[in-house]
Amino acid sequence: MSNVIKMILKRLGLGVLTLLLLSLLIFLSVEALPGDLAETILGQQATPENVAAIRKELGLDLPAHTRYLNWLGGMLQGDFGNSLALKKPISGLIAPRLQNTLFLTLYTACIAVPLALILGMAASLFRNGYFDRISNATALSAISMPEFFVGYIMIYFFALSGYFPSMANINPNTPFIDKLYVCFLPALTLTLVVTAHMMRMTRAAIINVLALPYIEMANLKGVKPRRVIVLHALPNAVAPIVNVVALNLAYLITGVVIVEIVFVFPGLGQLMVDGVKFRDVPVVQATALIFASAYVGLNLLADIISTITNPRLMRQR
Amino acid sequence: MTKAIPTKAKTKTPAKAKAKAPAKAKPKQGDILLQMRNIHIKGKSDESWIDIINGIDLDLYRGEVLGLIGESGAGKSTLGLAAMGFCRDGCKITDGSISFDGMDLMQMDKSSLRELRGKRIAYVAQSAAASFNPAHKLLDQFCEAPLVHDVMSRNDASQYAIDLYDRMNLPSPETFGLRYPHEVSGGQLQRAMTAMALSCRPDLIIFDEPTTALDVTTQIEVLAAIKDIVKEFNTAAIYISHDLAVVAQMADRIKVLLKGDEVEQAPTEIMLKKPSQEYTKSLWAVREHTRKEQPAVKNQTPVISIKSVTAGYHSSVDVLRDVSFDIHKRRTVAVVGESGSGKSTTARVVTGLLPPRMGSIEFQGETLPAQYQSRSREQLRHIQMIYQMADTALNPKLRIRDLIARPAKMYLGLTGKALDDRVRDLLHMIEMEPDQFIDRLPSELSGGQKQRIGIARAIAAEPTVIICDEVTSALDQLVAEGILKLLDRLQSELDLSYMFITHDLATVRAIADEVVVMKDGDVVEQGIKSKMFKPPHHPYTELLLGSVPEMDSKWLDRLLDSRGKDNLGDAAIAKMNKKS
Repeated sequence: MSNVIKMILKRLGLGVLTLLLLSLLIFLSVEALPGDLAETILGQQATPENVAAIRKELGLDLPAHTRYLNWLGGMLQGDFGNSLALKKPISGLIAPRLQNTLFLTLYTACIAVPLALILGMAASLFRNGYFDRISNATALSAISMPEFFVGYIMIYFFALSGYFPSMANINPNTPFIDKLYVCFLPALTLTLVVTAHMMRMTRAAIINVLALPYIEMANLKGVKPRRVIVLHALPNAVAPIVNVVALNLAYLITGVVIVEIVFVFPGLGQLMVDGVKFRDVPVVQATALIFASAYVGLNLLADIISTITNPRLMRQR
Repeated sequence: MTKAIPTKAKTKTPAKAKAKAPAKAKPKQGDILLQMRNIHIKGKSDESWIDIINGIDLDLYRGEVLGLIGESGAGKSTLGLAAMGFCRDGCKITDGSISFDGMDLMQMDKSSLRELRGKRIAYVAQSAAASFNPAHKLLDQFCEAPLVHDVMSRNDASQYAIDLYDRMNLPSPETFGLRYPHEVSGGQLQRAMTAMALSCRPDLIIFDEPTTALDVTTQIEVLAAIKDIVKEFNTAAIYISHDLAVVAQMADRIKVLLKGDEVEQAPTEIMLKKPSQEYTKSLWAVREHTRKEQPAVKNQTPVISIKSVTAGYHSSVDVLRDVSFDIHKRRTVAVVGESGSGKSTTARVVTGLLPPRMGSIEFQGETLPAQYQSRSREQLRHIQMIYQMADTALNPKLRIRDLIARPAKMYLGLTGKALDDRVRDLLHMIEMEPDQFIDRLPSELSGGQKQRIGIARAIAAEPTVIICDEVTSALDQLVAEGILKLLDRLQSELDLSYMFITHDLATVRAIADEVVVMKDGDVVEQGIKSKMFKPPHHPYTELLLGSVPEMDSKWLDRLLDSRGKDNLGDAAIAKMNKKS
């Protein structure tokens, strides 16, 4: 047991280290962007005096490593700095957006993950049969279509006929049930995009396990095929499946910009795109760091889950 | 049908067993239980179907144990599984009839077959470690069949499991089932699998090489447990093995298979004393091959001298403790021991793969650097290795020509015509026709041929010493014998010394001049072969020697009588450790 705690602490430490390196990378790449922030802000009024004043005000006259440490220190205390374009604290901008993004991610995950697991298990049960081929072909077609295309197809079929709204413009006061209704189309679009990957990994991981002697043993004990897959194969195929699920969830948090735009959804992705558009460096840095944390955190979670579901790691002799 | 073997083994409280077992009238002995007629099974190889079983008949009576014997590829497992109406993927039963207790298995649908499997016909697989699901506890796996088949409740099944675990002499039977498969030893796992097969009190159990992967001392406890339980429950069994001596202990009747055909069949006693077919006789004869021990040489610098070596892997535990022995010119030193005794670790120290914590290796009187990276090419050339799994030791992408040429080129600098001639010479030496084999890939060779290539590769470097690590363990007996004879011949032709690592005492008897017995990283006894096989022995050597099954169907019963059921395998070793 203590082995596992040690392992988790080690992974946690590595995760923090990864994030530190990423923050440095984000900082340096923004630093390397051409042009001067002060001049961009001032535009026409960029006289040398004004530029110097602004630089002093934003702390741009300090050496790079001091600015990095200040930025990092602020981040750790939850202070993301101020948005240059909107002149407001970034934490206030990010909080509702992050909430929305997490909501959409969870919503999609609740549909996509069970769907992918069930389809994957069914495909492995009827492998090389019609069900397997049809579900594989469908999933592959869904993943091959660009997201905006899927999004507009959804709007064409479900929104134009009036069943669901085409705009998912929610705010913090929207009731939960309404949120579910309004966000149905973006969630469905994202489901189509991520299910294929998870389903195919589930199928492959289970079929891999099905070739092992303990599966033959289960068959020779007279266990029904469905039970063999769910009780004997799935628990031993958890590790690869959990990892793919984690990668897809991370993608849902970070990569949904296009879907957000199609459905006018106020998520983090839009905030980042706006930040880039207006050269709002602190916003870009903050969102980039949140995305990075999502990736690192979810992968850490996947590692932990695949460890605690493996008795050989949990109960070492 | 009466049992050929007299009932001597102590049966422990049969009354208690019957009370706890599900209510079922004890079947009468003597009725026919399984009747297989003219069975044909084909297997898919690439795109064509090849014959695996060509028309075998098999009868089995209630309470009878039938031994199936043969080399790999004989079709033993396939036939055993067919008795359950089961075929592995890529196989199909093309003809014949299988009748189990009056039911025609060939005509049954899948769900009726499932009803039989696990409930009335159970299976015990070769490797329990691979055949238990690593994700579930032993007890849950035990209870699965009774629950799936609705034979008893979870509570009754658990009680029954504890009862069986107790009968199988498993440690703390009350809590044994709460462990995961990786938490118990190989011998215990194999007994737990036998218990699992009994969970629904089947009429027939198929034992598929249940002790092949075990050490000899562990093998005995499993054999004793199986024998005891089969007798007590009057279960019919098919016992599949390539090891005659083992089958002789278990079976009432033996059937010999060769490449999918039946060679002959007879009651065990008759089969042992008077096999009628040439093939069976040749199987019997293998164990009689012995080489004359070569006279000991005195006052000569040993080729390899292992001096007080203590070594271990990453953790602080020492895998070897103060190991010392010498290997002299043109002699074979057999290093014997069970898994985990440190045999292969010794080989790793000698080759420089694992630097020792203390002690050193001397080659012809001169100390070798501890790590192979620091040894000169010439020093490396003198010590070569042959591995257990020829399959994985040969690069599958290289042709035989390149596999053998590489060491000749690297160590001796041969090129062009000289190199080609050398490769051909080497192939002649290992009795393989160069023109036929030189351009083949390893995948186009049989197991024995691959091992021969491994030998050719080792002697291509013109070494002084060859370390043979279980080189015959993965081979059939007849093929293994050929390899041993080849090694013998090469030794006298090339003045080689061998360090021969093995767990098989029959092999030691066949080839060794000197024997080193290892246990848990210590050398417990060493000496010349003729002395080692004569008493008095170190207690561990005695245990090892006494645990090797003999070609006598009464051997196990006698052994159980003399040692007692609670004094086998792990238990015996534990007791011995306490005494010393």
